[in-house]
Formats: sequence, C-alpha cells, structure tokens
Amino acid sequence: MTAADTHRAILAVWRIEQPRLITSLARMLRDVPLAEDLTQEALLAALERWPATGVPEKPGAWLMATAKYRAMDHLRRGRMLDRKHEMIAWDMEEEQQAMPDLDSALDDDIGDELLRLIFTACHPRLSREARVALALRMICGLTTDEIARAFLVPDATIAQRIARAKRTLSESGLAYETPRGEELSERLSSVLEVVYLIFNEGYTAARGQDWLRPQLCNEALRMGRVLTSIAPLESEAHGLLALMELNASRTAARTDLAGEPILMLDQNRALWDQLQIRRGMQSLGRARELGGAGGIYTLQAAIISCHAQARTAGDTDWSRIAGLYAELGAVMRSPIIDLNRAVAVGMAEGPAAALPIVDRLAREPTLKFYHLLPSVRGDLLHKLGRYEEAHAAFEAAAALAGNGREHDLLRRRAAEAADAAMSL
Amino acid sequence: MRFMFIVSSAHTAPPPAKFMEAMHKLADREIKAGRMVDSGALMPLATGAQVRITDGRLSVLDGPFVEAKEVIGGYAIFELKGKEEAVAAVTEFMQLHKDYFPGWEGTCEIRAFAQAGP
Repeated sequence: MTAADTHRAILAVWRIEQPRLITSLARMLRDVPLAEDLTQEALLAALERWPATGVPEKPGAWLMATAKYRAMDHLRRGRMLDRKHEMIAWDMEEEQQAMPDLDSALDDDIGDELLRLIFTACHPRLSREARVALALRMICGLTTDEIARAFLVPDATIAQRIARAKRTLSESGLAYETPRGEELSERLSSVLEVVYLIFNEGYTAARGQDWLRPQLCNEALRMGRVLTSIAPLESEAHGLLALMELNASRTAARTDLAGEPILMLDQNRALWDQLQIRRGMQSLGRARELGGAGGIYTLQAAIISCHAQARTAGDTDWSRIAGLYAELGAVMRSPIIDLNRAVAVGMAEGPAAALPIVDRLAREPTLKFYHLLPSVRGDLLHKLGRYEEAHAAFEAAAALAGNGREHDLLRRRAAEAADAAMSL
Repeated sequence: MRFMFIVSSAHTAPPPAKFMEAMHKLADREIKAGRMVDSGALMPLATGAQVRITDGRLSVLDGPFVEAKEVIGGYAIFELKGKEEAVAAVTEFMQLHKDYFPGWEGTCEIRAFAQAGP
C-alpha cells in the first residue's frame, strides 16, 4: 500500500465516523465551530499515527477519545474560562471516568444534532460561499482541498472562508442554535438554497474536468437525503430532493463521447436512470402529500418530472409544463421562467401562441444580454415561416452567446434560416 | 458511488436484543447521514424458493433446502465516495456483530453498482 493509499483509507474511515463524531462533540460542548475544529484535529491525529500503528479495531472510539482529550485541553487552556465551560469540563471528566469504553453504535439519535449542524452551516449571517464551504465540510466531511478543487479556487481561499465563518459564528453567539417550528421553516430556505447551489455547481461542471466537480451533485443529494430524514415534514426538502434526483437521472445521457453537451430533447432516454427517476417521483409525491405542491422546488421538480416520464421527446406533455411554469412564475417573478413558459406554450399550442409572450419579454431589461431570448424568438419565427426575421434573431443570439458550441449552433441556425428565406 | 452490501451466514441462532438495538442505531445513523439509501432483512431461505437452470433444464425448488451453507440474510444499499468508505462502513458493521453477537460467523460482501452510460 502506498502512502497515498493509506491516506485515502484513513480518510475513508474518518469520513464514516465523522457524522457521529461532530454531532456528539457539538452536543457535548454546545459549540458547533469548536466541534468542527476537534473533528479536524482528530483526523490529523489519525493521519499521523495510524500509518504506523494501523487502523484501530474501533476507530470511532479512538477518534472520539482523541477529540475529547483535545477538547479538555482547549477548555483547560482557558479560551473562555467562564462558569459554563468549567461545568462542561467537569461533566466530561466525570463522563470519561464512568464510560471508558466509547461505543459508536449505541449513541443517541444524531438527528437533532445534524439538524443543528446543517442550519448552523447555512446561517443567513454567513456569506453564501461560506455556507457552501461549511456545509460541505461539516455535513459531507469534504477536505479543504476537495472543496477547493470542486469550486476551482485555491486551497487557501477555502481555508480562510471556513475559518472566518467559524469565527463569525462564535463571535455572534451563534455557536449552538436550535431553530424550531416556525423559525425552522423560515431558515429552511437558506439551507435549501445552499444545497441547490452545490448541486448546480456539480451539474454544470463539464465532463473531463476534475471528477470532484460533478461529484458535488452526489454531495448535494446526500444533504438532501439528510434533510428529508431529519426534517421529514418540510415539503420543500422533499421537493428539492425530487428536483435533484430527476435532474441527476439524465447524467449518463447528457454528454456525447467527445464530452459535448446534448440537449435534453435530443438525448437517448434509454440512458436515463429509471431507478433515480422513481426515487425522484417518490420524493415529489411526498412533497405533494405534505401539501407542498405550490412550493418553488416542488414546482420545478414537477416540471422536470414531465420530461422524466415522457418515453420519447414527442410524448412530452407540454401543456402541463406550460401550466406549471405559469404557477411557478406566480410565486417567483422571473423573466426566465416566463421565457421557459413561452417555449412550452409554443410546443403545446404552436409558435403563434408563444411569439407574443416572447415579444413582450424582449422589453425586459434583465434579458437584454440573455442569448436564449433571441434564440427562442428565432426558433418560433422560423417555424412560422418568417425566415428573414428568424435569421436576424439567430444572428443577434449568436452575438450574445460568446464563443464556443452555443455560438456555432446559433450561427448554423441563422444560416439555415437565410437559406430558407432565399428558397421562397 | 452506489454500493450493495450483502450479508450471508450459516448461523441460525436468533440475535440478542442488544445486537438488534445496535443494528437499529447504526441504521438510523446511516439514514440520517444520508448514506444508506435502502436496506432489507430477508426471510429465511426455507420460506423461499429457487428457480434453477442445470443441464439445459429449468427447475423450480421450493424450500426448505437441504444444504445449510451460507445463506444471504439481508442487504443494504449505500451511497458513498468510493470503495475505501464502503470497506470502512462494512468493517464497523461487522465489528458490531463481533461485539454484540458472540459466535456469529459470516460474510458481508461489498459490490459496487455498475454505472450506466456510453
């Protein structure tokens, strides 16, 4: 076994123990940032000792004992020697005397602590990047290096981001919060936002890049599962999980052999992961059962489910999709949603029905540089036989699309429209 | 990466209560940590059946079966980063058997799901 193999094996063992480790420490110390510090110190200790001694028979107990020992050290050194911490130090010593043999499996329910962890990591007081890094660290056990590679930033950037976030939490008295009831539902949106951000970062990563980037989808899916497990009555958690599962189900079909993206309507649906689609549909059903059919993530999941359930592109229920986009647009004002609705209306009712919607959107300032607007317009015009106008629209879209594949595709469509105009 | 863990054993004695408690707690932890996606304990082979093809012939055998070799007792499906994590997870699972189910012998097989794709 090479040193790299050993390192990976130790990291894997630590990762398996990490959820129990960090939740137990957080509960014991009433301090999430400190608990995180200690789980990292336990990892470093393991990486130092285990190559020589071998992985202990009960690695969880070893890591926990190490972390506790370091915790006592911290407290004794008097970072915040007030009454509370003296009491906790005493409790821990008593606990250690009473239970020398720590047993991982018989620990208490970690659900409450995981809830606390994920809500702490995604606290609205932290910047969005900080929340992302902290969530990936504390819930998924990713190393600084892994997070850095996934987001294409230097290690030091992530290290600083996490350190600063922990400091902010400690200094703002947010080291150990328990959002409940109303507050939980309110704070949930900042958690879901972080999870979805991580998913999208992984989803839009091009194949052939560092494998850690698409791996982010799995981390997000995992966090989604954690959420539905520890907050099972939150419909939007199920909705988001559904959305992610349904999108991820197309992974194998999304790129061709050269790594180039394939549009959804052109994909080989035999490569869509049916089990993942089934799981996504189950989550969607759960979200609806909980009364969340009108939620933002649940609606988006419902839209994707229309595609997921169509055997072929031709079987797609476009009217349903158009209706869902209208519902979504009502709760989430967004010209891009309106544009997507226009596309669906065009497919369901014909291009003439969709064109007025798109023309209205042309006046939206936020879409001024959005290449898909003239691109959709060009497509509708082409279908209506208005080839000269289609050509102009596609050229405008190509100009906005920057370089690369999209640009080439749009120029090709512009040329096709020009040819069609000439053959009239 | 998705893995299936398949437990098989020739052991027939019922599990102690403490062992079952430990198993429940582990399962609970792994579900809440978002890693275990599915699991199932299987009814004894004696209550099941087998359909076989031997010598080009198809035959149906109803339980109970004579050979008392290692029998699949259950499975779990986990979503993990890679084989090292799978090994670590199963090692812990088996350690619990050692600690709370004295005399138990058996195997837990680790198999990754084949990836679909071009």
